[in-house]
Amino acid sequence: MNVIEIKGLTKIYNTSEVIVKAVNGIDINFEKGEFTAIVGPSGSGKTTFLNMLGGLDKPTSGKVIIGGVDVWKLSSRQLIDFRMNNIGFVFQSYNLIPVLTAGENVEFIMHLQGKPKKERKQRTKDLLEAVGIGNRINARPSKLSGGQQQRVAVARALASKPEFILADEPTANLDSTATNSLLELMSKMNKKYNTTFIFATHDQRVIDKAHRIVTIEDGKILSDECFERD
Amino acid sequence: MADQRIQKVINTEISYIQIHQAGFEETNDINDYILNAGDLQKSIGNIAGVIGVCKRIVIQSMAASAETASGVLISGINPEQEKSVTSINDKIIDGAYFEGIKRNPAVIGKKLAEKLNLRIRSKFVITVQDLQNNITSGAFRVAGIYSTDNSVFDETNVFVRYSDLQKLTNFPAGAAHEIAININKGEELPAISEAVKKVAGDKLSIKIWKELRPEMNYLTEAMDLYMYIFIVIILLALLFGIINTMLMVVMERTKEIGMLMAIGMNKIKIFSMIVLESVMLSLTGGIVGIVIGAIASKYGETHPIDLSAWAQGYQQLGYDAFVYTQLDPSMLVDITLLVILTGVIAAVYPAYKALRNDPADALRIE
Repeated sequence: MNVIEIKGLTKIYNTSEVIVKAVNGIDINFEKGEFTAIVGPSGSGKTTFLNMLGGLDKPTSGKVIIGGVDVWKLSSRQLIDFRMNNIGFVFQSYNLIPVLTAGENVEFIMHLQGKPKKERKQRTKDLLEAVGIGNRINARPSKLSGGQQQRVAVARALASKPEFILADEPTANLDSTATNSLLELMSKMNKKYNTTFIFATHDQRVIDKAHRIVTIEDGKILSDECFERD
Repeated sequence: MADQRIQKVINTEISYIQIHQAGFEETNDINDYILNAGDLQKSIGNIAGVIGVCKRIVIQSMAASAETASGVLISGINPEQEKSVTSINDKIIDGAYFEGIKRNPAVIGKKLAEKLNLRIRSKFVITVQDLQNNITSGAFRVAGIYSTDNSVFDETNVFVRYSDLQKLTNFPAGAAHEIAININKGEELPAISEAVKKVAGDKLSIKIWKELRPEMNYLTEAMDLYMYIFIVIILLALLFGIINTMLMVVMERTKEIGMLMAIGMNKIKIFSMIVLESVMLSLTGGIVGIVIGAIASKYGETHPIDLSAWAQGYQQLGYDAFVYTQLDPSMLVDITLLVILTGVIAAVYPAYKALRNDPADALRIE
Protein backbone atom coordinates (compact mmCIF):
# COMPACT_ATOMS: atom_id res chain seq x y z
CA MET A 1 0.00 0.00 0.00
CA ASN A 2 1.37 3.41 -0.95
CA VAL A 3 1.84 5.77 1.99
CA ILE A 4 3.12 8.56 -0.19
CA GLU A 5 2.26 9.30 -3.79
CA ILE A 6 4.13 12.02 -5.62
CA LYS A 7 2.92 13.23 -8.99
CA GLY A 8 4.77 15.65 -11.25
CA LEU A 9 6.53 17.40 -8.37
CA THR A 10 8.35 20.48 -9.61
CA LYS A 11 10.15 23.32 -7.88
CA ILE A 12 11.45 26.24 -9.85
CA TYR A 13 13.50 29.03 -8.27
CA ASN A 14 13.18 32.29 -10.13
CA THR A 15 16.20 34.44 -9.45
CA SER A 16 16.85 37.72 -11.23
CA GLU A 17 19.57 36.15 -13.37
CA VAL A 18 18.54 32.58 -13.95
CA ILE A 19 15.64 30.15 -13.58
CA VAL A 20 16.63 27.03 -11.63
CA LYS A 21 14.56 23.86 -11.81
CA ALA A 22 15.59 22.32 -8.48
CA VAL A 23 13.05 19.49 -8.82
CA ASN A 24 11.81 18.74 -12.27
CA GLY A 25 8.60 16.72 -12.51
CA ILE A 26 9.25 13.81 -10.14
CA ASP A 27 6.73 10.96 -9.98
CA ILE A 28 7.36 8.40 -7.25
CA ASN A 29 5.54 6.37 -4.57
CA PHE A 30 6.71 5.20 -1.16
CA GLU A 31 5.23 2.27 0.70
CA LYS A 32 4.65 1.73 4.40
CA GLY A 33 7.80 0.63 6.28
CA GLU A 34 10.27 1.52 3.53
CA PHE A 35 13.87 2.39 4.37
CA THR A 36 14.78 4.57 1.40
CA ALA A 37 17.78 6.68 0.55
CA ILE A 38 17.45 9.61 -1.85
CA VAL A 39 20.96 10.01 -3.21
CA GLY A 40 22.67 12.38 -5.53
CA PRO A 41 25.41 14.98 -5.68
CA SER A 42 25.19 18.35 -3.96
CA GLY A 43 22.68 20.61 -5.71
CA SER A 44 20.85 17.68 -7.26
CA GLY A 45 17.58 18.66 -5.52
CA LYS A 46 17.50 16.07 -2.68
CA THR A 47 16.80 18.51 0.13
CA THR A 48 14.27 20.51 -1.90
CA PHE A 49 12.48 17.27 -2.75
CA LEU A 50 12.48 16.21 0.90
CA ASN A 51 11.22 19.63 2.02
CA MET A 52 8.31 19.51 -0.42
CA LEU A 53 7.60 15.95 0.68
CA GLY A 54 7.53 17.07 4.29
CA GLY A 55 5.25 20.04 3.71
CA LEU A 56 7.97 22.61 4.40
CA ASP A 57 8.59 23.97 0.91
CA LYS A 58 5.69 24.67 -1.46
CA PRO A 59 6.15 23.07 -4.89
CA THR A 60 5.72 25.10 -8.05
CA SER A 61 3.53 22.34 -9.38
CA GLY A 62 2.67 18.71 -8.72
CA LYS A 63 1.08 16.82 -5.89
CA VAL A 64 2.21 15.19 -2.66
CA ILE A 65 -0.47 12.80 -1.45
CA ILE A 66 0.11 11.26 1.94
CA GLY A 67 -2.41 8.72 3.20
CA GLY A 68 -4.89 10.03 0.66
CA VAL A 69 -4.43 13.69 1.68
CA ASP A 70 -3.16 16.17 -0.90
CA VAL A 71 -0.71 17.91 1.41
CA TRP A 72 -0.39 21.14 -0.55
CA LYS A 73 -4.13 21.67 -0.68
CA LEU A 74 -4.24 22.00 3.10
CA SER A 75 -4.42 25.42 4.70
CA SER A 76 -1.24 26.54 6.45
CA ARG A 77 -2.77 25.73 9.83
CA GLN A 78 -3.92 22.29 8.67
CA LEU A 79 -0.49 21.71 7.17
CA ILE A 80 1.22 22.46 10.49
CA ASP A 81 -1.07 20.00 12.27
CA PHE A 82 -0.53 17.47 9.51
CA ARG A 83 3.24 17.72 9.87
CA MET A 84 2.97 17.40 13.62
CA ASN A 85 0.90 14.22 13.49
CA ASN A 86 2.25 12.47 10.40
CA ILE A 87 5.83 13.47 9.71
CA GLY A 88 8.98 13.17 11.80
CA PHE A 89 12.07 15.20 10.92
CA VAL A 90 15.72 14.42 11.56
CA PHE A 91 18.02 17.25 10.56
CA GLN A 92 21.70 17.29 9.65
CA SER A 93 22.59 19.56 12.57
CA TYR A 94 20.22 17.85 15.05
CA ASN A 95 18.32 21.11 15.80
CA LEU A 96 17.59 20.27 19.40
CA ILE A 97 16.36 23.09 21.64
CA PRO A 98 19.49 23.95 23.62
CA VAL A 99 17.72 25.04 26.82
CA LEU A 100 15.71 21.82 27.11
CA THR A 101 17.03 18.49 28.32
CA ALA A 102 17.10 15.44 26.05
CA GLY A 103 13.87 14.23 27.67
CA GLU A 104 12.18 17.61 27.30
CA ASN A 105 13.19 17.82 23.64
CA VAL A 106 11.52 14.47 22.99
CA GLU A 107 8.50 15.35 25.12
CA PHE A 108 7.99 18.74 23.49
CA ILE A 109 6.23 17.52 20.35
CA MET A 110 3.87 15.38 22.43
CA HIS A 111 3.15 18.47 24.48
CA LEU A 112 2.20 20.24 21.24
CA GLN A 113 -0.06 17.31 20.40
CA GLY A 114 -1.78 17.74 23.75
CA LYS A 115 -0.88 14.28 25.06
CA PRO A 116 -1.40 13.73 28.82
CA LYS A 117 1.64 14.28 30.99
CA LYS A 118 1.84 10.69 32.20
CA GLU A 119 1.77 9.33 28.65
CA ARG A 120 4.37 11.88 27.54
CA LYS A 121 6.76 10.99 30.34
CA GLN A 122 6.43 7.25 29.76
CA ARG A 123 6.87 7.50 25.97
CA THR A 124 9.87 9.80 26.36
CA LYS A 125 11.50 7.32 28.71
CA ASP A 126 10.72 4.39 26.39
CA LEU A 127 12.01 6.18 23.29
CA LEU A 128 15.23 7.37 24.88
CA GLU A 129 15.85 3.86 26.16
CA ALA A 130 15.06 2.48 22.70
CA VAL A 131 17.66 4.78 21.12
CA GLY A 132 20.16 3.79 23.81
CA ILE A 133 20.50 6.96 25.85
CA GLY A 134 17.92 6.42 28.57
CA ASN A 135 20.55 7.37 31.14
CA ARG A 136 20.99 10.85 29.57
CA ILE A 137 17.36 11.87 29.82
CA ASN A 138 18.19 14.91 31.97
CA ALA A 139 21.26 16.03 30.00
CA ARG A 140 21.10 19.17 27.92
CA PRO A 141 22.21 18.93 24.24
CA SER A 142 25.48 20.74 24.99
CA LYS A 143 26.43 17.85 27.31
CA LEU A 144 25.79 15.21 24.63
CA SER A 145 28.05 14.05 21.81
CA GLY A 146 26.99 14.55 18.19
CA GLY A 147 25.89 10.91 17.93
CA GLN A 148 23.89 11.15 21.14
CA GLN A 149 22.22 14.37 19.98
CA GLN A 150 21.20 12.73 16.72
CA ARG A 151 19.74 9.82 18.72
CA VAL A 152 17.68 12.33 20.68
CA ALA A 153 16.59 13.82 17.33
CA VAL A 154 15.50 10.35 16.15
CA ALA A 155 13.61 9.79 19.40
CA ARG A 156 11.96 13.19 18.95
CA ALA A 157 10.99 12.34 15.38
CA LEU A 158 9.41 9.09 16.58
CA ALA A 159 7.67 10.70 19.55
CA SER A 160 4.63 11.89 17.63
CA LYS A 161 4.10 8.37 16.17
CA PRO A 162 4.49 9.66 12.58
CA GLU A 163 3.68 7.74 9.41
CA PHE A 164 7.15 8.44 8.12
CA ILE A 165 10.41 10.10 9.04
CA LEU A 166 12.34 12.39 6.74
CA ALA A 167 16.05 12.60 7.49
CA ASP A 168 18.14 15.17 5.66
CA GLU A 169 21.81 14.19 5.75
CA PRO A 170 21.45 12.76 9.26
CA THR A 171 24.98 11.40 9.38
CA ALA A 172 26.82 14.34 7.82
CA ASN A 173 28.13 15.60 11.14
CA LEU A 174 28.90 12.20 12.66
CA ASP A 175 32.05 10.07 12.75
CA SER A 176 31.94 6.54 11.36
CA THR A 177 31.24 4.84 14.72
CA ALA A 178 28.38 7.20 15.47
CA THR A 179 27.10 6.84 11.89
CA ASN A 180 27.04 3.03 12.05
CA SER A 181 25.43 3.09 15.43
CA LEU A 182 22.76 5.59 14.27
CA LEU A 183 22.00 3.59 11.14
CA GLU A 184 21.62 0.42 13.21
CA LEU A 185 19.28 2.33 15.46
CA MET A 186 17.15 3.70 12.62
CA SER A 187 17.01 0.30 10.99
CA LYS A 188 15.87 -1.15 14.31
CA MET A 189 13.25 1.60 14.74
CA ASN A 190 12.07 0.99 11.18
CA LYS A 191 11.47 -2.65 11.99
CA LYS A 192 10.15 -2.10 15.52
CA TYR A 193 7.60 0.64 14.70
CA ASN A 194 7.18 -0.13 10.96
CA THR A 195 7.84 3.58 10.35
CA THR A 196 8.82 4.66 6.84
CA PHE A 197 12.27 6.26 6.74
CA ILE A 198 13.33 8.44 3.82
CA PHE A 199 16.88 9.83 3.85
CA ALA A 200 18.45 12.45 1.68
CA THR A 201 22.13 11.56 1.72
CA HIS A 202 25.32 11.11 -0.21
CA ASP A 203 26.92 9.13 2.59
CA GLN A 204 27.87 5.68 1.24
CA ARG A 205 27.37 4.09 4.68
CA VAL A 206 23.73 5.17 4.63
CA ILE A 207 23.31 4.06 1.03
CA ASP A 208 24.66 0.62 1.96
CA LYS A 209 21.95 0.20 4.60
CA ALA A 210 19.02 1.40 2.46
CA HIS A 211 16.47 -1.07 1.08
CA ARG A 212 15.63 1.27 -1.76
CA ILE A 213 17.92 3.80 -3.41
CA VAL A 214 16.47 6.64 -5.48
CA THR A 215 19.11 8.59 -7.36
CA ILE A 216 18.34 12.17 -8.27
CA GLU A 217 20.32 14.44 -10.52
CA ASP A 218 19.38 17.86 -11.86
CA GLY A 219 16.01 17.50 -10.17
CA LYS A 220 15.08 14.31 -11.98
CA ILE A 221 15.09 10.65 -10.93
CA LEU A 222 17.96 8.85 -12.60
CA SER A 223 17.36 5.45 -11.04
CA ASP A 224 15.13 3.74 -8.50
CA GLU A 225 16.45 0.41 -7.18
CA CYS A 226 15.36 -1.96 -4.42
CA PHE A 227 17.70 -4.22 -2.40
CA GLU A 228 17.28 -7.07 0.03
CA ARG A 229 19.14 -6.25 3.30
CA ASP A 230 19.42 -8.00 6.64
CA MET B 1 8.64 67.13 46.72
CA ALA B 2 5.34 68.76 45.70
CA ASP B 3 3.38 66.66 48.21
CA GLN B 4 5.87 67.68 50.88
CA ARG B 5 5.43 71.34 49.92
CA ILE B 6 1.61 71.06 49.96
CA GLN B 7 1.56 69.32 53.33
CA LYS B 8 3.77 72.05 54.78
CA VAL B 9 1.59 74.79 53.35
CA ILE B 10 -1.48 73.15 54.88
CA ASN B 11 0.21 72.62 58.25
CA THR B 12 1.94 75.97 58.48
CA GLU B 13 0.06 78.50 56.44
CA ILE B 14 -3.52 77.73 55.52
CA SER B 15 -4.90 74.58 57.24
CA TYR B 16 -7.34 72.24 55.48
CA ILE B 17 -10.49 74.40 55.60
CA GLN B 18 -11.05 78.12 56.16
CA ILE B 19 -14.29 80.02 56.74
CA HIS B 20 -14.63 83.70 55.91
CA GLN B 21 -17.37 86.20 55.48
CA ALA B 22 -18.29 86.13 51.80
CA GLY B 23 -16.12 88.62 49.94
CA PHE B 24 -13.48 89.01 52.65
CA GLU B 25 -10.78 87.26 50.65
CA GLU B 26 -11.16 89.73 47.78
CA THR B 27 -11.47 92.95 49.79
CA ASN B 28 -9.71 92.17 53.09
CA ASP B 29 -12.16 94.66 54.55
CA ILE B 30 -11.86 94.73 58.34
CA ASN B 31 -15.66 95.01 58.59
CA ASP B 32 -16.23 91.69 56.77
CA TYR B 33 -16.04 89.62 59.94
CA ILE B 34 -17.97 86.63 61.24
CA LEU B 35 -19.85 87.91 64.25
CA ASN B 36 -20.61 84.59 65.96
CA ALA B 37 -17.20 83.06 65.18
CA GLY B 38 -16.75 81.80 68.76
CA ASP B 39 -20.01 79.80 68.71
CA LEU B 40 -19.32 78.51 65.23
CA GLN B 41 -15.86 77.45 66.35
CA LYS B 42 -17.36 75.33 69.13
CA SER B 43 -19.93 73.71 66.80
CA ILE B 44 -17.31 72.85 64.22
CA GLY B 45 -15.08 71.39 66.92
CA ASN B 46 -17.76 68.74 67.52
CA ILE B 47 -17.65 67.42 63.94
CA ALA B 48 -16.08 63.95 63.78
CA GLY B 49 -12.63 64.03 62.20
CA VAL B 50 -11.94 67.68 63.11
CA ILE B 51 -8.89 67.86 65.35
CA GLY B 52 -8.48 71.61 65.69
CA VAL B 53 -10.40 74.83 65.11
CA CYS B 54 -9.18 78.36 65.67
CA LYS B 55 -10.50 81.81 64.92
CA ARG B 56 -8.34 84.67 63.72
CA ILE B 57 -8.51 88.38 63.19
CA VAL B 58 -6.61 89.02 59.98
CA ILE B 59 -5.66 92.57 59.00
CA GLN B 60 -3.31 94.04 56.43
CA SER B 61 -1.03 96.37 58.36
CA MET B 62 2.32 98.05 58.59
CA ALA B 63 5.03 96.83 60.95
CA ALA B 64 7.67 99.40 61.76
CA SER B 65 10.87 99.16 63.75
CA ALA B 66 13.11 102.07 64.69
CA GLU B 67 14.92 101.64 61.40
CA THR B 68 12.39 100.65 58.76
CA ALA B 69 8.86 99.51 58.03
CA SER B 70 7.27 96.68 56.08
CA GLY B 71 3.78 95.72 54.99
CA VAL B 72 2.60 92.60 56.80
CA LEU B 73 -0.47 90.48 57.39
CA ILE B 74 -1.16 90.50 61.09
CA SER B 75 -3.09 87.57 62.56
CA GLY B 76 -4.70 87.81 65.97
CA ILE B 77 -4.78 84.26 67.26
CA ASN B 78 -5.41 82.25 70.38
CA PRO B 79 -1.91 80.74 70.77
CA GLU B 80 -3.13 77.49 72.36
CA GLN B 81 -5.91 76.90 69.83
CA GLU B 82 -3.57 77.78 66.97
CA LYS B 83 -1.29 74.93 68.01
CA SER B 84 -4.01 72.44 67.07
CA VAL B 85 -4.32 73.89 63.57
CA THR B 86 -0.94 75.14 62.39
CA SER B 87 2.59 74.34 63.43
CA ILE B 88 4.06 77.84 63.82
CA ASN B 89 4.82 76.95 67.44
CA ASP B 90 7.14 74.18 66.19
CA LYS B 91 8.98 76.56 63.89
CA ILE B 92 10.30 78.86 66.60
CA ILE B 93 14.06 79.27 66.19
CA ASP B 94 14.63 82.04 68.74
CA GLY B 95 12.73 83.08 71.87
CA ALA B 96 9.48 81.33 72.74
CA TYR B 97 5.96 80.95 71.39
CA PHE B 98 4.10 83.82 73.10
CA GLU B 99 6.09 83.38 76.32
CA GLY B 100 8.43 85.69 78.16
CA ILE B 101 6.62 88.88 77.19
CA LYS B 102 3.60 89.86 79.27
CA ARG B 103 2.20 92.76 77.28
CA ASN B 104 1.50 92.58 73.52
CA PRO B 105 3.81 89.69 72.62
CA ALA B 106 4.28 88.93 68.94
CA VAL B 107 5.76 86.09 66.93
CA ILE B 108 7.43 87.17 63.70
CA GLY B 109 9.25 85.44 60.89
CA LYS B 110 13.02 85.30 60.61
CA LYS B 111 13.05 87.17 57.33
CA LEU B 112 10.96 90.02 58.76
CA ALA B 113 13.18 90.14 61.86
CA GLU B 114 16.19 90.54 59.59
CA LYS B 115 14.46 93.15 57.48
CA LEU B 116 13.30 95.25 60.47
CA ASN B 117 16.45 94.42 62.40
CA LEU B 118 14.46 93.00 65.31
CA ARG B 119 15.62 90.62 67.98
CA ILE B 120 13.87 88.90 70.88
CA ARG B 121 12.23 91.51 73.13
CA SER B 122 12.69 94.18 70.44
CA LYS B 123 9.80 96.58 70.25
CA PHE B 124 8.03 97.37 66.99
CA VAL B 125 4.88 99.22 66.07
CA ILE B 126 1.96 97.82 64.20
CA THR B 127 -0.29 100.29 62.43
CA VAL B 128 -3.77 99.12 61.43
CA GLN B 129 -7.14 100.47 60.49
CA ASP B 130 -9.78 99.92 63.20
CA LEU B 131 -13.46 99.12 62.68
CA GLN B 132 -14.28 102.81 62.52
CA ASN B 133 -11.72 103.24 59.73
CA ASN B 134 -9.37 105.14 62.00
CA ILE B 135 -5.67 104.51 61.80
CA THR B 136 -4.43 103.12 65.07
CA SER B 137 -1.11 101.83 66.26
CA GLY B 138 0.08 99.45 68.92
CA ALA B 139 3.50 98.60 70.25
CA PHE B 140 4.41 94.93 70.35
CA ARG B 141 7.49 93.08 71.51
CA VAL B 142 9.06 90.11 69.77
CA ALA B 143 8.49 87.01 71.92
CA GLY B 144 9.57 84.48 69.31
CA ILE B 145 11.04 84.30 65.84
CA TYR B 146 9.89 81.48 63.57
CA SER B 147 11.33 80.14 60.38
CA THR B 148 9.36 78.09 57.87
CA ASP B 149 10.53 76.80 54.50
CA ASN B 150 8.82 79.72 52.83
CA SER B 151 10.83 82.91 53.23
CA VAL B 152 8.06 85.02 51.65
CA PHE B 153 5.63 83.80 54.33
CA ASP B 154 8.22 84.51 57.01
CA GLU B 155 8.62 88.07 55.75
CA THR B 156 4.94 88.93 55.59
CA ASN B 157 3.19 87.22 58.53
CA VAL B 158 3.07 88.45 62.10
CA PHE B 159 1.17 86.64 64.85
CA VAL B 160 -0.18 88.41 67.90
CA ARG B 161 -2.72 87.45 70.55
CA TYR B 162 -6.39 87.65 69.54
CA SER B 163 -7.22 89.70 72.64
CA ASP B 164 -4.47 92.26 71.96
CA LEU B 165 -5.55 92.85 68.38
CA GLN B 166 -9.21 92.91 69.40
CA LYS B 167 -8.50 95.76 71.82
CA LEU B 168 -6.40 97.64 69.30
CA THR B 169 -9.08 97.52 66.60
CA ASN B 170 -12.21 97.67 68.79
CA PHE B 171 -13.22 94.32 67.36
CA PRO B 172 -16.44 92.72 68.76
CA ALA B 173 -15.74 89.94 71.28
CA GLY B 174 -16.01 86.49 69.75
CA ALA B 175 -15.93 87.82 66.19
CA ALA B 176 -13.23 86.85 63.68
CA HIS B 177 -12.30 87.24 60.04
CA GLU B 178 -11.22 83.69 59.65
CA ILE B 179 -11.91 80.29 61.14
CA ALA B 180 -9.25 77.72 60.31
CA ILE B 181 -9.94 74.00 60.64
CA ASN B 182 -7.52 71.11 60.89
CA ILE B 183 -8.60 67.52 60.27
CA ASN B 184 -7.27 64.10 61.11
CA LYS B 185 -7.01 62.52 57.65
CA GLY B 186 -6.73 64.28 54.30
CA GLU B 187 -8.99 61.64 52.70
CA GLU B 188 -11.87 62.73 54.95
CA LEU B 189 -11.71 66.31 53.70
CA PRO B 190 -14.71 66.17 51.31
CA ALA B 191 -17.02 64.68 53.99
CA ILE B 192 -15.85 67.07 56.70
CA SER B 193 -16.11 70.02 54.34
CA GLU B 194 -19.75 69.10 53.71
CA ALA B 195 -20.40 68.79 57.44
CA VAL B 196 -18.81 72.21 58.05
CA LYS B 197 -21.02 73.74 55.34
CA LYS B 198 -24.11 72.38 57.10
CA VAL B 199 -23.00 73.84 60.43
CA ALA B 200 -21.85 77.20 59.05
CA GLY B 201 -24.77 77.78 56.67
CA ASP B 202 -24.56 78.98 53.12
CA LYS B 203 -23.93 82.67 53.78
CA LEU B 204 -20.29 82.16 54.70
CA SER B 205 -17.51 81.28 52.33
CA ILE B 206 -16.13 77.83 53.16
CA LYS B 207 -13.09 76.78 51.19
CA ILE B 208 -10.76 73.82 51.28
CA TRP B 209 -7.03 74.20 50.75
CA LYS B 210 -7.27 73.58 47.00
CA GLU B 211 -9.62 76.54 46.66
CA LEU B 212 -7.66 78.71 49.04
CA ARG B 213 -4.41 78.11 47.23
CA PRO B 214 -5.32 76.89 43.73
CA GLU B 215 -1.70 77.14 42.67
CA MET B 216 -0.96 74.32 45.12
CA ASN B 217 -3.53 72.16 43.36
CA TYR B 218 -2.05 73.08 39.99
CA LEU B 219 1.34 72.14 41.42
CA THR B 220 0.06 68.67 42.32
CA GLU B 221 -1.52 68.23 38.92
CA ALA B 222 1.58 69.54 37.15
CA MET B 223 3.86 67.24 39.14
CA ASP B 224 1.59 64.28 38.33
CA LEU B 225 1.72 65.27 34.67
CA TYR B 226 5.52 65.60 34.72
CA MET B 227 5.77 62.24 36.41
CA TYR B 228 3.61 60.61 33.74
CA ILE B 229 5.72 62.28 31.04
CA PHE B 230 8.85 60.83 32.66
CA ILE B 231 7.18 57.43 32.90
CA VAL B 232 6.21 57.58 29.22
CA ILE B 233 9.81 58.49 28.27
CA ILE B 234 11.16 55.63 30.39
CA LEU B 235 8.61 53.19 28.97
CA LEU B 236 9.47 54.30 25.42
CA ALA B 237 13.13 53.62 26.15
CA LEU B 238 12.10 50.25 27.60
CA LEU B 239 9.94 49.57 24.54
CA PHE B 240 12.75 50.16 22.07
CA GLY B 241 15.21 48.28 24.29
CA ILE B 242 12.96 45.23 24.36
CA ILE B 243 12.18 45.43 20.64
CA ASN B 244 15.92 45.49 19.94
CA THR B 245 16.63 42.60 22.30
CA MET B 246 13.73 40.50 21.02
CA LEU B 247 14.68 41.14 17.39
CA MET B 248 18.18 39.88 18.20
CA VAL B 249 16.65 36.86 19.94
CA VAL B 250 14.44 36.11 16.94
CA MET B 251 17.34 36.54 14.51
CA GLU B 252 19.67 34.35 16.54
CA ARG B 253 17.00 31.69 16.85
CA THR B 254 15.76 31.72 13.26
CA LYS B 255 16.79 28.10 12.81
CA GLU B 256 15.24 27.02 16.09
CA ILE B 257 11.98 28.78 15.23
CA GLY B 258 12.07 27.15 11.79
CA MET B 259 12.54 23.77 13.44
CA LEU B 260 9.63 24.45 15.83
CA MET B 261 7.43 25.35 12.85
CA ALA B 262 8.58 22.23 11.02
CA ILE B 263 7.72 19.86 13.85
CA GLY B 264 4.26 21.35 14.28
CA MET B 265 4.29 24.43 16.48
CA ASN B 266 1.57 26.65 15.06
CA LYS B 267 1.78 30.42 14.54
CA ILE B 268 -0.32 31.30 17.58
CA LYS B 269 1.99 29.29 19.83
CA ILE B 270 5.12 30.83 18.31
CA PHE B 271 3.62 34.32 18.66
CA SER B 272 2.67 33.59 22.27
CA MET B 273 6.16 32.23 22.97
CA ILE B 274 7.84 35.45 21.74
CA VAL B 275 5.35 37.64 23.63
CA LEU B 276 5.80 35.62 26.80
CA GLU B 277 9.58 35.83 26.54
CA SER B 278 9.32 39.59 26.04
CA VAL B 279 7.02 39.97 29.05
CA MET B 280 9.33 37.81 31.18
CA LEU B 281 12.29 39.91 30.05
CA SER B 282 10.57 43.19 30.89
CA LEU B 283 9.12 41.86 34.13
CA THR B 284 12.49 40.59 35.32
CA GLY B 285 14.02 44.03 34.79
CA GLY B 286 10.86 45.72 35.99
CA ILE B 287 10.66 43.80 39.26
CA VAL B 288 14.37 44.30 39.98
CA GLY B 289 13.94 48.03 39.26
CA ILE B 290 10.80 48.30 41.37
CA VAL B 291 12.43 46.51 44.32
CA ILE B 292 15.53 48.73 44.14
CA GLY B 293 13.32 51.81 43.71
CA ALA B 294 11.09 50.82 46.63
CA ILE B 295 14.07 50.23 48.91
CA ALA B 296 15.62 53.56 47.89
CA SER B 297 12.29 55.30 48.38
CA LYS B 298 11.76 53.73 51.82
CA TYR B 299 15.26 54.81 52.79
CA GLY B 300 14.52 58.32 51.54
CA GLU B 301 11.43 58.52 53.77
CA THR B 302 13.71 58.78 56.79
CA HIS B 303 16.92 60.00 55.14
CA PRO B 304 16.06 63.10 53.10
CA ILE B 305 17.92 64.24 50.02
CA ASP B 306 19.99 67.16 51.21
CA LEU B 307 19.64 70.18 48.94
CA SER B 308 20.71 72.63 51.64
CA ALA B 309 23.49 73.96 49.41
CA TRP B 310 20.69 75.62 47.44
CA ALA B 311 18.44 76.22 50.47
CA GLN B 312 18.04 79.95 49.90
CA GLY B 313 16.73 79.48 46.39
CA TYR B 314 14.34 76.75 47.47
CA GLN B 315 13.02 78.82 50.36
CA GLN B 316 12.26 81.70 48.00
CA LEU B 317 9.96 79.28 46.22
CA GLY B 318 8.58 77.91 49.47
CA TYR B 319 10.29 74.53 49.21
CA ASP B 320 12.13 72.64 51.90
CA ALA B 321 15.82 72.09 51.24
CA PHE B 322 15.47 68.52 52.53
CA VAL B 323 13.39 66.39 50.22
CA TYR B 324 11.78 63.26 51.63
CA THR B 325 10.76 60.55 49.22
CA GLN B 326 7.32 59.03 49.24
CA LEU B 327 6.29 55.54 48.13
CA ASP B 328 2.83 55.13 46.65
CA PRO B 329 1.92 51.40 46.58
CA SER B 330 -0.74 51.95 43.90
CA MET B 331 1.98 53.43 41.69
CA LEU B 332 3.97 50.17 41.99
CA VAL B 333 0.96 48.22 40.70
CA ASP B 334 0.43 50.71 37.87
CA ILE B 335 4.09 50.58 36.85
CA THR B 336 4.14 46.76 36.91
CA LEU B 337 1.06 46.65 34.67
CA LEU B 338 2.58 49.24 32.33
CA VAL B 339 5.82 47.24 32.15
CA ILE B 340 3.84 44.09 31.23
CA LEU B 341 1.90 46.06 28.62
CA THR B 342 5.16 47.45 27.22
CA GLY B 343 6.56 43.91 27.05
CA VAL B 344 3.52 42.76 25.07
CA ILE B 345 3.63 45.73 22.67
CA ALA B 346 7.39 45.38 22.22
CA ALA B 347 7.00 41.73 21.29
CA VAL B 348 4.54 42.30 18.44
CA TYR B 349 7.07 43.30 15.77
CA PRO B 350 9.73 40.66 16.66
CA ALA B 351 6.97 38.03 16.83
CA TYR B 352 5.69 39.14 13.43
CA LYS B 353 9.23 38.79 12.07
CA ALA B 354 9.47 35.32 13.59
CA LEU B 355 6.21 34.27 11.96
CA ARG B 356 7.44 35.50 8.57
CA ASN B 357 10.18 32.85 8.71
CA ASP B 358 9.86 30.13 6.14
CA PRO B 359 10.74 26.87 7.91
CA ALA B 360 12.53 25.46 4.87
CA ASP B 361 14.70 28.61 4.53
CA ALA B 362 15.26 28.84 8.29
CA LEU B 363 16.46 25.24 8.47
CA ARG B 364 19.03 25.89 5.74
CA ILE B 365 20.82 28.46 7.92
CA GLU B 366 24.17 27.10 9.10
